[in-house]
Amino acid sequence: MMEFLRMGGEAAYVWSAYGITLAVVLFNVWWARWTHRQALERARASSGESRTPRKPTVRHVE
Amino acid sequence: MSAFGAIVRRDVRVAMRRLSEAANPLLFFLVVTTLFPLALSPSADELREVGVGVLWVSTLLSSLLALDGLFRGDADDGSLEQLLLSPVPITVTVLAKIAVHWLMTILPLIALVPVLALSYSMPVAALPTMIGALVLATPTLSVLIALGAALTVSLRRGGTIVGLLVLPLTAPLLIFGTRATDFGLHDEPAAGPLYLLAAFAAFALALGPLAIGAALRVGVE
Amino acid sequence: MRLPRWFHLLGSPPFVYRLAGRLVPWLGAIACVLLAVGAYWGLALAPPDRVQGQVYRIIFLHPQVAYVSMMAYVVMAVSAGIGFIWRIKLAHAVAVTAAPIGTTFTACALATGAIWGRPTWGTFWQWTDPRIMSETLLLFLFLSYLALRAAFEDRDKADRVSAILAVVGVVNVPIIHYSVIWWNSLHQGPSFMKLDKPSIAPEMLTPFLIMIAAFTVCFYWLLLNGLRGQIVERERDTRWVKQLVEGREP
Repeated sequence: MMEFLRMGGEAAYVWSAYGITLAVVLFNVWWARWTHRQALERARASSGESRTPRKPTVRHVE
Repeated sequence: MSAFGAIVRRDVRVAMRRLSEAANPLLFFLVVTTLFPLALSPSADELREVGVGVLWVSTLLSSLLALDGLFRGDADDGSLEQLLLSPVPITVTVLAKIAVHWLMTILPLIALVPVLALSYSMPVAALPTMIGALVLATPTLSVLIALGAALTVSLRRGGTIVGLLVLPLTAPLLIFGTRATDFGLHDEPAAGPLYLLAAFAAFALALGPLAIGAALRVGVE
Repeated sequence: MRLPRWFHLLGSPPFVYRLAGRLVPWLGAIACVLLAVGAYWGLALAPPDRVQGQVYRIIFLHPQVAYVSMMAYVVMAVSAGIGFIWRIKLAHAVAVTAAPIGTTFTACALATGAIWGRPTWGTFWQWTDPRIMSETLLLFLFLSYLALRAAFEDRDKADRVSAILAVVGVVNVPIIHYSVIWWNSLHQGPSFMKLDKPSIAPEMLTPFLIMIAAFTVCFYWLLLNGLRGQIVERERDTRWVKQLVEGREP
């Protein structure tokens, strides 16, 4: 296990490369979720004029 | 063809009236190419090697300066809309403006290059290849600069962003132009890169005006 | 010629929103499995390289991420072009979504390439290497696309103007591909172009290919994921979105 982590002495290179790549993927996942949430909140705010509670007229789409 | 000539004549006449503005790219070119030897070591051999790159990059940057004259003047006084509505195809108008940009801005720069190249200790024998490469590469450069101007024509502060838009697209020109000049400098055949530059120019002049016309139409909406 | 129904449906934002919503979990699961399997194979199972030792394992990341970054630009340019020519808003939405994904992947390719270069070439950065230069230029192309979009307040204008820029820029992508053939350089030649005679050991080829599939699926997962937010943003004032958000309220 230790030999695996050490990567023959080149651990810094291998793990930083894999780490950066993982971070980039995770960032994009977060960014997609965040912009989606922001858009939904803005849509909710702009339709907030009619705040009377009523049954939804369409099925949940998720 | 007469429409092409008419637009060229008119734009050249307008540019001639503001000759001091037309001189700005030239002066910028001179200043920048003077600053480089100041900033680098003045050994003649090193200067010759960097001279190729310095002159090419300086040409690129200096020709960006005449950006506004391309479309913004016409956009401001409404003639751009008239040009878009006229029976003359916008591609002809665009080609005319590109020709004027090349004649009034780039040709003087190219005329200055031999003098500066000699000041950078470049051998006289290398000059024809360098001039040839510049003549072949600069039409494409004018097309790209016109594209940058057209994309930003409706922006108030468009000038700052145009460099970022245009310069990355000029990289192939820079690569092959300097490569050709280097070959000329070391007495090797430069035909390959020169042919490629000519191909780029043919491609850009044929298709560029379409994109530029489309960008102008969007900008004027 | 009657166009098939699915063609029209693909232009309908609520349809695509729901379709993407159904596809995203599957794509995500496949992407995560492939990434995990490929990473484990590349890190633990594949043997060390004779020449590069352990650090060669970056070969399971860097070329794949670079390839996806170029694909992202093509996706962006093609969808922007479709949006421009046929005035399909959804196509513009796809282009806008692809841009940040492509930008971050390009930056990642450059970073992993630099990290890989230090122990193998002796230097983090080799300006004269054509692939480094082309990938750097690709980053600038993405950034200039984003900058141009940001300069316009009118979204329609931003869409159409940046579409022109994207289509013009896409010419750079084949130049990346052919620059390896045109130039002598430090970069190894394209050893994966021919499938019949790969110049790479088979134990290393499998994780390499797995990671190509992994990052490709990952890209489309991220694209569809981001597209949903982009659709809601653009369709904010429509009835279907209003019903969507009200349906969520307790």
